[in-house]
Amino acid sequence: MSALRESMGFLASRLRQVGIFVALILIVLLFQVLTNGILLEPQNVTNLVVQNSYILILAIGMVMVIIAGHIDLSVGSIAGFIGAVAGVMIVHWGWAWWAAIPACLLVGALVGAWQGYWIAYVGIPAFIVTLAGMLIFRGLTLITLKNQQITPFPAELRALGGGFLPDISGGTSVLEWLTVILGVGATAALLIQSIKERRVRRKFNLENEPMAWFAIKTVFIALLMLTITFLLASYRGTPIVLIVLAVLVIVYSALMSNSIFGRHTYAIGGNLHAAELSGIKTKAVTFRLFVNMGVLAALAGLVFTARLNSAQPAGGTGFELDSIAAAFIGGAAVQGGIGTVAGAMVGGLIMGVLNNGMSILGLGTDYQQLIKGLVLLLAVGFDIFNKNRSAGGGSTLGKRFKWKTTPPAGVEETKPAGKTPVSVAAVAHPASAAEKP
Amino acid sequence: MNVPILQMRGITKTFPGVKALQDVTLNVNRGEVHAICGENGAGKSTLMKVLSGVYPHNTFDGDILFENEPCDFSTISDSEKRGIVIIHQELALSPYLSIAENIFLGNEIASRGWVDWRQTNLEAAKLLARVGLSENPVTPIQHISVGKQQLVEIAKALSKEVKLLILDEPTAALNDEDSGHLLDLILHLKGQGVTSIIISHKLNEIRKVADAVSIIRDGKTIETLRLDQGQITQERIIRGMVGRDLKSLYPERTPTIGEEVLRIEDWTVQHPQDHSRTVVHNASLNVRKGEVVGLAGLMGAGRTELAMSVFGRTYGRATSGRVFKYGEEINTSTVSDAIRHGIAYATEDRKHYGLNLIEDIKRNISMAALGKLAKKGWVDRNEETVVANRYRKSMNIKAPSVAAITGKLSGGNQQKVVLSKWMFSDPDVLILDEPTRGIDVGAKFEIYSIIAGLAAEGKAVIVISSELPELLGICDRIYTLSAGHITGEVPIAEASQETLMHYMTQEKE
Repeated sequence: MSALRESMGFLASRLRQVGIFVALILIVLLFQVLTNGILLEPQNVTNLVVQNSYILILAIGMVMVIIAGHIDLSVGSIAGFIGAVAGVMIVHWGWAWWAAIPACLLVGALVGAWQGYWIAYVGIPAFIVTLAGMLIFRGLTLITLKNQQITPFPAELRALGGGFLPDISGGTSVLEWLTVILGVGATAALLIQSIKERRVRRKFNLENEPMAWFAIKTVFIALLMLTITFLLASYRGTPIVLIVLAVLVIVYSALMSNSIFGRHTYAIGGNLHAAELSGIKTKAVTFRLFVNMGVLAALAGLVFTARLNSAQPAGGTGFELDSIAAAFIGGAAVQGGIGTVAGAMVGGLIMGVLNNGMSILGLGTDYQQLIKGLVLLLAVGFDIFNKNRSAGGGSTLGKRFKWKTTPPAGVEETKPAGKTPVSVAAVAHPASAAEKP
Repeated sequence: MNVPILQMRGITKTFPGVKALQDVTLNVNRGEVHAICGENGAGKSTLMKVLSGVYPHNTFDGDILFENEPCDFSTISDSEKRGIVIIHQELALSPYLSIAENIFLGNEIASRGWVDWRQTNLEAAKLLARVGLSENPVTPIQHISVGKQQLVEIAKALSKEVKLLILDEPTAALNDEDSGHLLDLILHLKGQGVTSIIISHKLNEIRKVADAVSIIRDGKTIETLRLDQGQITQERIIRGMVGRDLKSLYPERTPTIGEEVLRIEDWTVQHPQDHSRTVVHNASLNVRKGEVVGLAGLMGAGRTELAMSVFGRTYGRATSGRVFKYGEEINTSTVSDAIRHGIAYATEDRKHYGLNLIEDIKRNISMAALGKLAKKGWVDRNEETVVANRYRKSMNIKAPSVAAITGKLSGGNQQKVVLSKWMFSDPDVLILDEPTRGIDVGAKFEIYSIIAGLAAEGKAVIVISSELPELLGICDRIYTLSAGHITGEVPIAEASQETLMHYMTQEKE
């Protein structure tokens, strides 16, 4: 009984993270019913992954920029520009794909460095610099392409967008065995890692999640991974871009939660002055964040170009808005300091499932835009509601309306801080590692 | 002659847990300049907020009579209708609007919603002439100096037909010339029948303009001194301001003081925006191993500015001077340089400059020295939790766990987190700026014990504080600052509140 209550209390404290995940599952189930099962057909699941991969790649960089308290409006134009650069390098100049891809990522880094310089060292707000960048790099895309699309690309590059890992059974089996091996292997690795981590935490006598919660969460995620593995394996196997994405999510999640760089990013977004006075080189961190964003935007541009098999003047238009929406739906805070890579991925998937499901239902872009807009508004509105509620003291559901009686900020200020009781209940972990890719 | 214009009787104002004002009485006569004196936090500003309607009439006890009629103000505009205008220390002007627009802001000269610009500028010009400011009324506020902005505030007050003008620390942000001009204007307005209440720390200014001085200490009126009875003397005011019983307790310590750790020489800092103001003038000081050194000074004396400019030039411009550690000159021009040389600075404003309030305790503690927990850029989070738990225990941080968000802790516990952060960076010199501000008495004792412990460990500690008993209770030596100059260096054996206040109010030419 007390174990159950402990788990419920823990769940309440993580309402936002769990809530967004539950929302994704509900949306998937809803469309599964509405589309008469088409949504989760193996071919469509594969499509979902491939279609959303470049938005998800962008969302990784975007959530990092947003955590630091900035924004990047230029990523769609940068992705389009890199597509154009790749077209010129590969199709016009005849570069090999293995030379062109690193070269394109380097160009992306330079673009990011250009913007990072103005933002970090000159001090122009990121909104302005990247709004300018949105125009500048769209212009450069048009100039590079001379207003015409470049096509076709060699098969090796196209594989980045629409290719699959090879079928090791040689087409004799219904299931793609390589995918099954990878999927089961990854699931096993996740299980072992989770249990090991929990043991270490117990050994050091550190706070742990309640056992029931840990078990349910881990089993659920393992089952989910196995289901996706099965679905992918029964179509054409693992898309190459999924491997790329998985590696990026693992690396960047670790980077944001465990590296000095990631922790400095959270510190800057949480309180810039305090970060500066703690000796954090805030300008260098900001600069690097935008260089990183440039590289990821370049990668997204390459994936997109590879998928379309053409570099187009309008390529990447609107990507910035989708990736920003993904980050915010995934729990990032507008004022910075809060957000996770995993959350942004879930946010991106919510957008992706909505897109895909509504397309299957035959809803036009008009309704799609309307509904996506409302979802963004509701997700962030839920955040604000949640925050006000916990600011009213405690996170137990019984106190949910307490925030209405909280005095206005002006009164609060004059009150000596020493008399504020320590709030025991609300222990949230905005950046801790409940999320596994 | 002595006709009362304002009588405040039995004013008591409580905030949750604290009595800010207790049975305060204030009588101001028509046509006089009445000064209110007291230490930082004595309740002067609270009293003026009560008077001007910032705190509505039902949020405090007591009566206010203005021109023999009772006042129940609910808002500032109620008090302004009666001719009571307050000018806050932080000027309430809009930088991009013109002088004339600012003067008539919220009180526009208009017909049917349309502003009459000709009339506005004409009236503004007349008001500017009254305050002796020769500026074009259409000049944007941001293009004139702070001193002139202060005059615009007064012109704005005159436009509301002010009878009682309240000035909260009007010269705190001004240079000497502008201060002098402002004081002349107050006397000039007195000649025109305007009564003024002026809150000030600067005793020489008070002697220059005040007809009466009311002293407030710990939320109570101590006495009112009158010029015509020959009572306004510096000694008398100081005695009134500080003469409280030393009831609070400080931990016992026997200092073992070693070699000199840090020495600052000829430190000069200019104001970051106002280039005509030098905030710290040629300050030199030192601190030794195991020693607690106090920096005393009134608001605006330049204590925080001195500390922050030394700590990675985080305040001011055109900073000059030299810093020595163990006799060797060191470079502290960025925060990371300062930290690398073993200097730590815990800010007076922990909410804005000290803590990441949306993060938990452990991440705040590790923030300044994350490298100590990391290998090749990767942080060992288990080790981090272990370290944080160690500080939670040793500093007695009251929180359910080190994963608790710092924004939800009490002031005392937040301060312990800030101190833990800097202790973890393993400094040789700690500069603690108002370490007990906003902290209740019990937690204060804990902070004093921590400071004593740091000194016993052989750290050099500099404490900046506005509370003189606190400095006297914990320091081995106290420097006093006044208007950016170090005016005294007093060993604890010779220090008393009176001597310190004497140096703190001393003017250097």
